[in-house]
Formats: sequence, C-alpha cells, structure tokens
Amino acid sequence: MFAATALDHRNRRTQRAFKALFGLMTLMLITPVIIILTVLVVKGGPALSMEFLFSAPSNGMTAGGIFPALVGTVWLVAVALLASVPVGVASAIYLAEYAPDNWFTRLINLAIINLAGVPSIVHALFGVGAFVLFAGFGESILAASLTLAVMTLPVVIVATRESLQAVPKAFREACWNMGATRWQTIWKVVLPNSISGILTGVILEVSRTSGETAPIMFTGAALFLPFLPQGVLDQTMALSLHLFVLSTQVPNVPEHLEYGVALVLIGMVLAMNALSIGFRVYLRGRKKW
Amino acid sequence: MADATTAAKDLAIDVRGVSLWYGTFQALYEVNLEVKRGSITALIGPSGCGKSTLLRSVNRINERLGSYVRTTGSIHVLQHDVLAEDVEPARLRKEVGMVFQRPNPLPLSVRDNVLFAHKLHRTGQRYTRAQEDGIVEEALSTVLLWDEVKDDLDRKATTLSLEAQQKLCIARLLPVKPSVILMDEPTSALDPAATEALEELIWELRGDYTILIVTHNMAQARRASEETAFMLLGRMVEHGPTEELFLRPHDQQTADYIEGRYG
Repeated sequence: MFAATALDHRNRRTQRAFKALFGLMTLMLITPVIIILTVLVVKGGPALSMEFLFSAPSNGMTAGGIFPALVGTVWLVAVALLASVPVGVASAIYLAEYAPDNWFTRLINLAIINLAGVPSIVHALFGVGAFVLFAGFGESILAASLTLAVMTLPVVIVATRESLQAVPKAFREACWNMGATRWQTIWKVVLPNSISGILTGVILEVSRTSGETAPIMFTGAALFLPFLPQGVLDQTMALSLHLFVLSTQVPNVPEHLEYGVALVLIGMVLAMNALSIGFRVYLRGRKKW
Repeated sequence: MADATTAAKDLAIDVRGVSLWYGTFQALYEVNLEVKRGSITALIGPSGCGKSTLLRSVNRINERLGSYVRTTGSIHVLQHDVLAEDVEPARLRKEVGMVFQRPNPLPLSVRDNVLFAHKLHRTGQRYTRAQEDGIVEEALSTVLLWDEVKDDLDRKATTLSLEAQQKLCIARLLPVKPSVILMDEPTSALDPAATEALEELIWELRGDYTILIVTHNMAQARRASEETAFMLLGRMVEHGPTEELFLRPHDQQTADYIEGRYG
C-alpha cells in the first residue's frame, strides 16, 4: 500500500537531478576563487619577503618592494573610514530609528541604493570635481579617501541599518515603556546588540576600499612615489593602482613581482573578511535572545 | 461638590469620553472608564474591540507604536491630564508601567534589567553597589522571584523561563515606584501553572499598585480582578464589580460574551 509507484520514482529522479544541478552551480561559484588563490600563491608566493614588503620599488619599478604602496593603502583606507563611518552609522541610526515612514525617507533609501550602483569611475570623476578641484584639496590622500568614502557609504549605511533593524522591536517597546527616550533606547539596548553587524559592515568597507583603483587614480594616488606620505594633503602610492601600473604601464616587470602585489592585496582583503567573520561569531556567541 | 472631589481623588485612572483614531480608522468611541486607586481592573472583550488600544493610550505608548494616532476626550492619571500639551511621555511612563503579552526582558543580566528603569530615572546622585543590591532584592522579592535567581543575578535575563521572565518584567517596573501598572494579556504566552503563579502575584500587588489588565481569559478576569469592564467594537459596554458583572450582567451583549457566544 505504501510501496513506491512510478510517480514516486519519477519525483525522486527529478529531485535528485535538481539537487545535483544546484550543487554544481555552487561548485562553479567557488571554483574561480580557488583558482585565483592557487595561482596567486604559486606565482606570487616566491616574491614575498620582508624586503619585498618593506622596501620601495626600484629600477623603474621592475625590482624592489611595495612599502610605499602598502603604507599608502593603509592611509587611504584609514582616512576613508574616519570620514565614512561616523556619517554612515549616524545616518543609518536616523533611518532605522527616527525617520518616519514617508515618501521622503523612501526617497533617501532609494538614493542610497542608487549610490551603491554608481560605477566607480563615475565616483572618481565626481571626486575630481568635488574634492580635488572644488574643495581645493588637490590630488591628495584626503581627496582620494573622501572619494572612497562616498563610494562605500552605502555599504556602511545598509549594513548598519540592517543590524539595527535586526534588534527585536520588543526590546524597544520595553525601553519606551519604562520611560526611556529614543536615544537612551538606542544607546543602552539597540547599539550594544547590533554592534557586531555594524563592525562587519565597517570591515567589509575596509576590504572593498583597499581594493578600489578607479576612484583613487585621478584623486590622489600616484604612479610612482618612493617616499612615504607625511600628511593627508600628500599624494601616495596604493597597492591597487601599483598592480594596475605594473601590469599595464611598465615594460619588463618580472611576473612574480606582479603576482606578489596581487597576493598582498588579496591577502589584506581576505584577512579583513576573516576578521569580520571572527567578530561576528564572537559577538553572536555572546548575545542570546 | 466635596464628594465629587473626594471621589476623583480615589481614582488612579479616569478616562472620559475618549475617542481614538488610527488614521481614518476609529478604534474607540466615547469610552469612559474609572479605575480606583489600588484596585485591579480587568478589561475584557473580543479581539479588536479596542481594549489594548485603551490600555496603551493610558501611558500614550500608542503614539510610539503607530503614527497618526488622534485622541479626543480626556485621560487623567492621578488627577493629571496625560493628554495635556506639557506632558513629558517619559515621565508619564515612569509613573505608568507596562507589561506585555510576550515577556520582553532586555538582553542584559537579571540585575541590570531590574536596575534599568531606575538608572534611567535617577537624578544626579550615584547609588552605591549595596544600595543597588537592596533595590534589586526588594523588587525581585516583591514578584516572588528572589529565591529563584538570587544566586545568579548576572545571568542573561533572556535565558530565564518564560514565567520568570514575565515576573522580571514586572519587577523592573517597581524600583521607580509607578502608581499604575498596565498589563496587556500578561499570561497569554505562559503555561497554566505559570499563569496561576502570575495571577497570584498580580493579586499580591493589589493595594500597592493600581493594575489595569487586558485579558482574553474569562476565568482569569474572574479570579484575578476586583472590577471588570467589557468592551465591544470600540465601545465600553459595561463596567462593574467582577463578581456582579459575571453573575448578573446588565447588558445582553455582556451576557452573550461571558457565556462564550462570540469572541
């Protein structure tokens, strides 16, 4: 009575076929990542050394290390964070906690989504106009970082807003009903419980910012500048641009040098992502509701 | 005249002719309700009859939960008009605490939950650790929870049993000495034994606090209240001593409801 019929067999075959199909797609998804990493490690690994990390490029960039570019990337990312995190987190708090649900708020949300969709080269040109020329920062770390900040603002806003909204409404009601103001509610309950999500957003921003090339090309990153920047109004080298330059602009660069730069860059990004995952796991382990 | 004044003084909550709209939807029609100081009053009625809305307008939390709330009429808590222009909602909510359907302790330790409102509302002076311990013990003892949690006050409140969580939600109101506690179906998430424990507790609090409790549970209204008010479709149908209302309802609609003919 309960034995499988022809229909059951057919259903089972279909079910297996789809499972296999989806599995295959997933495999295809991770294949490029594995190939890229393998190639980079194999070809760029030999280039890695203390000297590579801590010396300036030499001999027309066909020898030497990447130190100025490494330091430059850290500068760019740090200044971009300083600019975008306060603005991004504050506006996310406004949108999630204070903004009434009306057409204006929806317009702002739409603008944020669109900001995330603007091509990075357009951001670059905007940066040239707004920061380099109009604000008069010239080609500098400040101009380049602000351009990066504008570009990655949506990441911070969306990540922060989502982690704020993930805090159960019951907690807010509980606070309001004890006579807490909105700000007391946010400060004492909402933020402590959404900090892991916010940090994740910030770290994702770091990894995205450190890899961007177009936005910094015209706004403050130099092709070759063997000195370390002394302040935010200096120009600087950056890893991403350095890689682009080595690959396309300079003849006779030894292959392992290019791969070495790419490896360091992707290593930084992956380390940041790993850090963000670690944060998440740690902070999620602490909160229970 | 003197009598009227004395009578008004005995009222913790005095709702007069209150109509309330959510946008264009009218949820309350000319509702009157008098709640005597220190008494327990149950609000009963079928879902959507406006009893939760009425409850939530007493501490004006309606305004936070849904925008576009418009209220006419007057609501007095301890002779003070809560709808007046100069009322600070935070002050009002300190005086009028609220307990929800689902226990909603904050994701903090038991101790911090009890001290939360206290810390929000203390003015200026710092409390010593010992003073705070005293506050915590007193509040938890009042809700009959002290023995259960006294050895583990740093435990996350959200890991307690639902019964303990709900008791904690009452306990955390007490340190700021509210005069009124609103309860919105406080036992609907609890099992029968926990419900009974909560009802006993609510009964214990009578006298020290004025309690207005919304319930779907007829038996609960009978067991754990002194007066009962029956609402239907946004209107107050009948209000009287609990025993009287259940035994000799004046209104046919009340009789139908308590006999389970609708709702």
